[in-house]
Amino acid sequence: MPNMYAIKDHSLEKNLFTKRIVAAFIVISLLTTGLIVRLVYLQIVGHEHYSLLAKDNSIKIVPLVPTRGMIYDRHGKVLAENTTSYSLEVIPEQVTNLDDTLHRLQVLLDVSDEELEQYQKLRKRQKRFVSTPLLLSLNDEQLAKFAVARPYFPGVDIHRQLVRHYPYGDLAAHVVGYVGRINESEMKELPIAEYRGSSHIGKLGIELSYEHDLHGKTGYAEIETNVQARLLNTLNEVNPEPGSNLYLTLDIDLQKTAYDALGGFNGSVVAIDIKTGGVLVFVSRPGFDPNPFVVGISNDNYEALQSNENQPLYNRALRGLYPPGSTVKPFVALAGLEYEAITPEQKLFCPGYYQLPGVTHKYRDWKKGGHGSVSMNQAITESCDVYFYRLAATLGIDNMVSFMQKFGFGEKTGIDLVGEKSGLLPTREWKREKKNQAWYPGETLITGIGQGYLQVTPIQLAKATAALANQGKVITPFLVDKVVSAKGSHPGSELSYYNISVKTDNVNAVIAGMVNVVHSARGTAKGINKNINYQIAGKTGTAQVLGIKQNAKYNENNIDFKYRDHALFVSFAPVDDPKIAVVVIAENGGHGGSVAAPIAGQVIKQYLEENYEK
Amino acid sequence: MRSETRHEQFEVPSVLGNFLRKLHIDIPLFLGLILTSTLSMIILYSAGSQDMDVLTRQVSRVGLAFGLMIVLAHVDPYQFKRYATILFGIGIILLFAVLIMGRISMGAQRWLDLGVFRFQPSEMIKLTTPMMVAWYLAEYSMPPKAKQLLIASILILLPTLLIAKQPDLGTALLVASSGAGVLFFAGLSWWIMLGIVAFIGALTPIIWHFLHGYQRDRVLTFLNPEADPLGRGYHIIQSKIAIGSGGVYGKGWLGSTQSELEFLPESSTDFIFAVFAEEFGLLGCLGLLTLYLLIIARCLYIASQTQDTFSRLLASSLAFTFFVYVFVNIGMVIGVLPVVGVPLPLISYGGTSIVTLLSGFGILMSIHTHKKFR
Repeated sequence: MPNMYAIKDHSLEKNLFTKRIVAAFIVISLLTTGLIVRLVYLQIVGHEHYSLLAKDNSIKIVPLVPTRGMIYDRHGKVLAENTTSYSLEVIPEQVTNLDDTLHRLQVLLDVSDEELEQYQKLRKRQKRFVSTPLLLSLNDEQLAKFAVARPYFPGVDIHRQLVRHYPYGDLAAHVVGYVGRINESEMKELPIAEYRGSSHIGKLGIELSYEHDLHGKTGYAEIETNVQARLLNTLNEVNPEPGSNLYLTLDIDLQKTAYDALGGFNGSVVAIDIKTGGVLVFVSRPGFDPNPFVVGISNDNYEALQSNENQPLYNRALRGLYPPGSTVKPFVALAGLEYEAITPEQKLFCPGYYQLPGVTHKYRDWKKGGHGSVSMNQAITESCDVYFYRLAATLGIDNMVSFMQKFGFGEKTGIDLVGEKSGLLPTREWKREKKNQAWYPGETLITGIGQGYLQVTPIQLAKATAALANQGKVITPFLVDKVVSAKGSHPGSELSYYNISVKTDNVNAVIAGMVNVVHSARGTAKGINKNINYQIAGKTGTAQVLGIKQNAKYNENNIDFKYRDHALFVSFAPVDDPKIAVVVIAENGGHGGSVAAPIAGQVIKQYLEENYEK
Repeated sequence: MRSETRHEQFEVPSVLGNFLRKLHIDIPLFLGLILTSTLSMIILYSAGSQDMDVLTRQVSRVGLAFGLMIVLAHVDPYQFKRYATILFGIGIILLFAVLIMGRISMGAQRWLDLGVFRFQPSEMIKLTTPMMVAWYLAEYSMPPKAKQLLIASILILLPTLLIAKQPDLGTALLVASSGAGVLFFAGLSWWIMLGIVAFIGALTPIIWHFLHGYQRDRVLTFLNPEADPLGRGYHIIQSKIAIGSGGVYGKGWLGSTQSELEFLPESSTDFIFAVFAEEFGLLGCLGLLTLYLLIIARCLYIASQTQDTFSRLLASSLAFTFFVYVFVNIGMVIGVLPVVGVPLPLISYGGTSIVTLLSGFGILMSIHTHKKFR
């Protein structure tokens, strides 16, 4: 028998195969008949039942959209709320003459051409029986006018809905962010069931980073309706779970003080609660009004915001990159002490410039005649550049960078906002990779006074300053304190910190210098020590926007405003028990001491008076 | 001689008919495919909210697929046999590559980005798996013995499991059935088939254990769609309403109200049959099923006319897989099978499935039109 199979028997195989083909066709026909039976069941037996379901005449499942959570500041002031708004919607199918109706509506309600165009676009994407908004928020006048004329507009109706509103407008736009309509690419990413019926989603700021908490859980109702889609009866309802309310660490009054104090300057103010890492003030000026983004900002207005030379849409506090200038000196000084490159008492001579061996280039001090022989305390107090040139040269770039990295320079702070920049802490490897050049000794010097490649964000500088005040405890800053839902509350973000091993004596020596910046007669920020019963430690800084040629003289009055130096100030108070760290950057402000320091002084004063002097 | 031609081919006395024959095109099959594709455009226009862009995009894809079909129809079927192992090997390597890339990008990944276009190895393997199994079995006499069965099973399971891991259950199912089709047509004993069904039945709890959460959801939703009316069950509830409300005659072209208003999801892709059934009713459905059956019948006829084992097994398996496509899709839309991601062949919106399908028909045409010239 096995031999029979060894040789192919073609006719037998052919026979077998033909049988199988027939068998396959029978199986296929049977299965197809099965499909047909099911179709007959659905389309003939079930036809009436399903037609009723289909015709809105019976049970319909509608999503119940959860109310978005509110956002409050630390004192419970409302930063984001939901207000009622009325939109005008048209169902094309129910309108006899759409063009005529739209034209009459345009005349009656003063609809702009752009809004009309927007509507036409939207309408074309929808089926004819879908209600599509023509106007998103009617004002009282439009509401009244339409109410009277309503009988003349079949198929047009007013719909009530909740719209996100930001009462503080541009003041906190960069923190709170805004919600906007869900766009097509977001639609693809979202869980469909969770967002059925939702029209908006967080686009920026806290609204974006805490979208999950704010949105809530969609519920649904099985409802019975008649032909006019009027609700007859609710059969079964699963209530939506409203979104959680967020309580921020932000103090909106303090925010306003800081924002106003910046006055005409663009820039940023960031204040951090040193004990917790909670962000008290997060100002990026100029701000922008987030409210138009909720209903859909017009192209013209968006264009205007984007092309505005002050860049109001740019979150300076989170993403602004600035050379820190002399505000890094306390950190360089501490690095010098920790690496034992210098002692606090050791004096270095400052003739007004510094030259590297064998190089003619003069690295100048801001003070033309020089500071003479200065100790660390004096160097910080008077912001002597030459002292820090020499210290930087002794330390070397590698030590300086690895020390500063521990304070968070060159890395994202990890704040609970999306889009943070990491700044730049230049290293030899970085320069080799990016510029394909070796590191020059001169670059070490200017890094030591916060110029050159070094770039920081305001929030980074604030985190580092708080860490200095905290004796090396580096806390990740955060904005959301509590997430409160019906089920209970939990903290917004995990408290996370690490400790840098630094000697208390060394830190105190540096802080002593910073105290003198504010409280000594020679201090660069002595203007802010009046009428206060606590001590402030600070450091002024000036960041060059324009490179100045050798031997040329920087003259503020000869230079265009936009090329004037940025004014910086880092500070914390009270020195004996640090509670608040404040960083101010006033773009093109000129001098840290005269422009930036008073702003910080004001913020510190208000915070301490309100929270600790009652 | 003349009578034989008459017997073999449709009488198309035009210049076009001669031209098509020269192109190695099987005219009945070609007509069936053209008819189905035209139907696809008509229904897509309605299901895709009457968007011309959607239509033009699909027309260009279908055109490309038809071009590929004609090219493959020109290839001598001997070449498919010759390169079966290499093509299968490449397919398996690419499947591994996709899996590794997916691991790297921490998510489901089904395609390789070739810069110009994205390539889904799982599509290619749908054709090369039956080719490979047919190549292997063609060396032996039919019906296959135990050892050959074992090796063929491994050849089928390897790509199936790789695709199931991506995870793409629908495609895995199609690949498995294309391989199983070859075994069936090779004359696998009915008892063994019964045994396999029993074995799979016993295996079900173990398979269940390995399914992803969302795949389990699909099965559970299938068993009880009402349990999750907003999420998973939504598809089935809505598609049943759409189909049922269509009745015998349907609501007419563009008359579908369910597809958009009550958001029947994926109405132009996997669930397009619901729109079709709503607009054209039971009569339309019967017409479409008849069209599908005619195509399948023609393919089986082509298979029955082949002279060698390889062509026979490949052709019949391709015909069988096409039916599985139809059955699984319609079965899921009308709520008798779980929702797996299988499009309605030749009708659903999308390029990948139509390219693979028409390539398969190209191979069938090659098998049919070349044997006469031998």
